[in-house]
Amino acid sequence: MREVREVRGVRAPLLVFAALALLVIAAPGLAPYAPGRQFDGYPYAPPMRPHVIDAAGAWHLPFAHPISLADPIERRYVEDRRARITFASREPWFLLGSDALGRDVLSRVLTGARLSLGLALLSAALALAIGAAIGAVAGYAGGWTDTWLMRIADLALVLPVIYAVLALRGALPLVLTTVQVFTAFVAVFALVGWPSAARGVRGIVVVEGRSGYAEAARALGASPARIIARHLLPATRGFLAVQATMLVPAFIMAEATLSFVGLGFAPPTPSWGVMLTDAASIRTTADTPWLLAPAGAIVLTVLVIHSVAHGRDPLLDS
Amino acid sequence: MTTIGFLARRVLAALALVFVATSGALLLAQLAPGDYASQFGRDQAQIAAERHRLGLDLPVAQQYARWLKRSLTLDLGESFQYQRPVTALVAERAWNTALLAATSLAVATLLGIPWGIVTGSRRGVLIRALRGVSLLFLSIPPLISSLTMLAVAARTGWLPVSGMGGVSHLVVPTLALALPIAAILERLQAQSIGDALATPMALSARARGISRRRIVWRHAWRQSLGPILAIYGVIVGTLFSGSFAVEIVTSWPGLGDLMRQALLTRDTYLVAGCAAAGAAFLAAGVLLGDVLHAVVDPRVGGA
Repeated sequence: MREVREVRGVRAPLLVFAALALLVIAAPGLAPYAPGRQFDGYPYAPPMRPHVIDAAGAWHLPFAHPISLADPIERRYVEDRRARITFASREPWFLLGSDALGRDVLSRVLTGARLSLGLALLSAALALAIGAAIGAVAGYAGGWTDTWLMRIADLALVLPVIYAVLALRGALPLVLTTVQVFTAFVAVFALVGWPSAARGVRGIVVVEGRSGYAEAARALGASPARIIARHLLPATRGFLAVQATMLVPAFIMAEATLSFVGLGFAPPTPSWGVMLTDAASIRTTADTPWLLAPAGAIVLTVLVIHSVAHGRDPLLDS
Repeated sequence: MTTIGFLARRVLAALALVFVATSGALLLAQLAPGDYASQFGRDQAQIAAERHRLGLDLPVAQQYARWLKRSLTLDLGESFQYQRPVTALVAERAWNTALLAATSLAVATLLGIPWGIVTGSRRGVLIRALRGVSLLFLSIPPLISSLTMLAVAARTGWLPVSGMGGVSHLVVPTLALALPIAAILERLQAQSIGDALATPMALSARARGISRRRIVWRHAWRQSLGPILAIYGVIVGTLFSGSFAVEIVTSWPGLGDLMRQALLTRDTYLVAGCAAAGAAFLAAGVLLGDVLHAVVDPRVGGA
């Protein structure tokens, strides 16, 4: 019974992560416009709804009515109901509105997915790999190795994620290029994320190491590396899947927070955190709420990930 | 192991945590290229003079030793930027953060624990809806909840949107912080009370005819508190992570904003001071959790 539940518990998270990884690769291609393209004359344009029936009552493929700026001070736009545009037209179709510089929010959110989501997925994979390796070694070796590795892990676990990330960020130069920020974040997140994975894997390895099949493998002369890799680690699949559902959202939020306060990606890079900086001024959020689109993207992604988190709550499994 | 011994060990562990966290922050801040002095002008002589005045040209080990000695008397150095003692700066801000954190924790507990008890002990469509709401709150990080609430507050004009003042200023930051934490507590409490209700103790109580309501709210609940208190430290940690973003968004004058300023201007001693305060809070939270756990469950703590 337990066996079946565990396998089922791994499949859903893996599917979700595979879908997210696909999104990361494909997203910039789905964007209708280049994320940095500024459309002059369209600052803070509101979202333009798709229609299928035009003013005369005829049916068409989805289109939008072009808008133009009526009052630049009030940022008021008027819709021209007689005309129809698509993404191929000269006039822009802002499905999610535009920002202060007339850039399409939807395109920026999709491009930002590669940065923010891709970063989180990569870091989580790395953190889990490192954590599983360290945890397996600690669990199998036992003794002093085990004690000291787990002490370090405990210490790292107790510190709040954001303080640890901030401290590590403080060790790096303030101004970095986008690629450097990406690499730095992957390294920092992996360093912050491995302890929780290590603790869990170590616990599972200790338990499974005492089981019959492990003993049989040892009796047959299998090397410790082979026993760990082929026999013990597969038992950690369920745990690692649940860990991933906790790490990825945490890393998405950490990147958003850091970019938001200026310690992560810098404008004009369209990471979700940087885009939230534009939405932070009070006038902006009240008058132009579509700038919170990256917030919606973050919440949606995290919601989807959390809803496939199966099994016992890892926080309670001490 | 006596109760005193248990407490003493916990206090020592807390002090060790503060020490390691602060030293770590200080040493890490030294690692990055350049320092505070290198931000001023391009005149090399000027920079060198400034560096010498602040004592930044000494070897790292010596700087650390000096800082360590002074920290024993709670003198955490002086901020390069504000030119005031770090201890004073941090203490001002730390109080504000503590106020926010404590209020948020209280709200989160009052909301999350009963929520979890209800969803963990019953079934039905309404319960599923409640769990769905908690899933939603769990997925909204404090950064985003504070931004969204700011938008709503600005649009409706019901609540002030920034700074610190009366109770009404506390509403937006507290709610933004408390809702995700309440959701975490709900999840934990629901699981925990589900476990407690499955124990032989609960079954035999039911068999003896005790009403379901009494079992849930008088007996099972006490048992279910244990696992939650055990990871209290993680919850306090999450609270701090969240307060960093919320403080900056709502202009709440706390530690988060101070630490950000310190990091952006390479104000090393201030960074260390903030790290110390943060670690101290965390350690206090963990300690409190351990003490409460020992009170609730006498098996822990060796009484």
